[in-house]
Amino acid sequence: MAESTLTKPRGAWRIRLEPRLEEPSTALSIGVSVGAVVVALILGGIVIAAVGGNPFVSYVYIARASFGSLGVLSDTIVKATPIILTALACSIAFRMKLWNIGAEGQFIMGAWGASAIVLAPVLPAETSRWLFIPVMTLAGLGMGAAWGFIPGYLKAKFDVNEIISSLMLNYIAVSWVNFWIFGVWTEGGFQMSPKFPKGAELPRLSDFASSIPFFRGLTTHAGLLFGIAAAVVLWFIVYRSRWGYEIRLIGDNPQAARYAGINIVRNTVLVMALSGALAGVGGMSEVAGVVRRLQTAPIAAGYGFTGIIVAWLAKLNPLVIIPVSILFGALILAGREIQPSGIPKMIQGIILVCLIASDFLLRYRIRIVKVGEE
Amino acid sequence: MDPIVILQAGVATGTVLLFATLGEVLAERSGVLNLGVEGMMLIGAMTAFSVTIATGNPWIGMFAAMIVSGLLSQIHAFIAVTLQADQVVSGLALTLVGTGISLVLGEGLSKAGTVSLMPSFSVPLLSEIPILGPIFFAKQSVLVYIGYLMVPLAWYYINHTRPGLHLRAVGEYPAAADALGINVFRLRYAYVLAGGMLAGLGGATISLAVSPGWFSELTTGGQGWIAVGLVIFAQWDPVRAAVGSYAFGALRRLILDIQAPLTLFGVNNPFYYNPYLGFFLQMLPYAFTVIVLVVGSREAIRKRLGAPAALGEPYIRGERGK
Repeated sequence: MAESTLTKPRGAWRIRLEPRLEEPSTALSIGVSVGAVVVALILGGIVIAAVGGNPFVSYVYIARASFGSLGVLSDTIVKATPIILTALACSIAFRMKLWNIGAEGQFIMGAWGASAIVLAPVLPAETSRWLFIPVMTLAGLGMGAAWGFIPGYLKAKFDVNEIISSLMLNYIAVSWVNFWIFGVWTEGGFQMSPKFPKGAELPRLSDFASSIPFFRGLTTHAGLLFGIAAAVVLWFIVYRSRWGYEIRLIGDNPQAARYAGINIVRNTVLVMALSGALAGVGGMSEVAGVVRRLQTAPIAAGYGFTGIIVAWLAKLNPLVIIPVSILFGALILAGREIQPSGIPKMIQGIILVCLIASDFLLRYRIRIVKVGEE
Repeated sequence: MDPIVILQAGVATGTVLLFATLGEVLAERSGVLNLGVEGMMLIGAMTAFSVTIATGNPWIGMFAAMIVSGLLSQIHAFIAVTLQADQVVSGLALTLVGTGISLVLGEGLSKAGTVSLMPSFSVPLLSEIPILGPIFFAKQSVLVYIGYLMVPLAWYYINHTRPGLHLRAVGEYPAAADALGINVFRLRYAYVLAGGMLAGLGGATISLAVSPGWFSELTTGGQGWIAVGLVIFAQWDPVRAAVGSYAFGALRRLILDIQAPLTLFGVNNPFYYNPYLGFFLQMLPYAFTVIVLVVGSREAIRKRLGAPAALGEPYIRGERGK
């Protein structure tokens, strides 16, 4: 690239790009990411202003409605919980350059699997929480894993593009859940199942308010523990285990991985199933901790797609995913009351565009130089 | 359940996919994978509908859709071609942005009522042909006829013209094309633009002809993604893209029509008596896309056909082996 403008006269200023040879420092990469988000918020603000809104009012509103008090902070964490799990799901697949964009469908199927335990019913309604929750978790995990396994297997066996197949399975999952809540488990003809019995609910902080009054009205539920535990385990798998090393090597350099004798086919299937399992647990946590019945709209709310952005913003690091998810939880929570209603989705999209564009700054050093003085 | 009616409506519905798929064929032939089709279609459908409301002229709406979707596609071109970033994530981001902006700008459009649509007409003589006439040439929208013209044009352009040769060279071996003095970067921008404009035209075909109106994200309902899948099935060939698009259009129509009659093949129609079984019918286009991909990949492996060699790879001048 450096030679391309040699014909310019001496003394003219021009921009020169130098590839960075060393890994960019942590501070730089954090700075660039934060800068990208700021630019995205400015661009989003311009669009909000263009449709007649006031971006400052909108943003201040988002901050107040999501972090302004202990109660809303708790609600923000509730919104962040499913995002943590879907973002973890995306991060492990993306790490291997497997583009699982079906976390949405895997999340939905996880919710369905957990609900089936209650509604089929596999376990009677008076079952103790200590049995209900583990079985529901396993069911959600299993259904999510199955839904992730399908595109993984098709990719490994038939070289089917996992982007398209995992995305198509999202739509199929929505229809599948609709069939069950309309046709089989409907509550009086409405598009939802009956409410779950007490034992099938993940406990909330407010459930302990009788002994600890401080928790009164706080909605944060035990699903958050799933998210944190999964993040820690995933961090150890990715950075401290032999399997994680294989996954990273395949992602960075599949050729070298193949020469090293790593089984790419098996890892493709396993990682997609693990990714689906994480999203599936997210679905279970949402249905047992928040919705407490099977219903399409609150389950298929786009958490799988938000997970993609969060995973990318967190640079696929499982532990960084937790705080980033909380920020996006805030955006989604407060965004529900902002008009026009598409604003949170638009801002999320613009953030991802700015992030992917900003990666350029991490790969190249930009210098402004005088021609002939190099 | 008249097969002629289903195929006739299928061709109209399939035209949406046809435009989007042809556009993506052009972009991918130049080596740029653009997963933003769904977002570009959605913003196209929204623009076409709202501009038609404002001006009363669907043609202006259609051109506005093509311009807006084309502009949106240039974000992807900038990130993928100039910034050399990952095309998968960038395309995904484009879909999210396109969806978000359409939802924000399309707020309230769903209650806008009816607008004037693209004109429909029958072609004299051709519509008299038995079977084929009523399917292809009777009371179709002008957009459907534009689609017919576009398929052979695209095929001829890609395979038998000098610019088409340049297009293929840029997608297969950009370093060689560059050495011959072809501007790889400019051509990639241009074909991403063409892809975006065609996706916008596909969106306009929905909101101004096939199922008029604005139904937020349900307007496209994943058809942009199906188009990306169809490109693989079509093996980057416009003629196969047309066959796939029309077949998918017919399938979508069949799903609607199969739920109406009381009896089906002499027995009680289960889809009529148990309407919730319709959810399984709704899965079919998506399930078929996956099946079509499996079949297409096996065929591609057998015939040693493949994607354009440089698909998804940014071209960096002076880097060896690219």
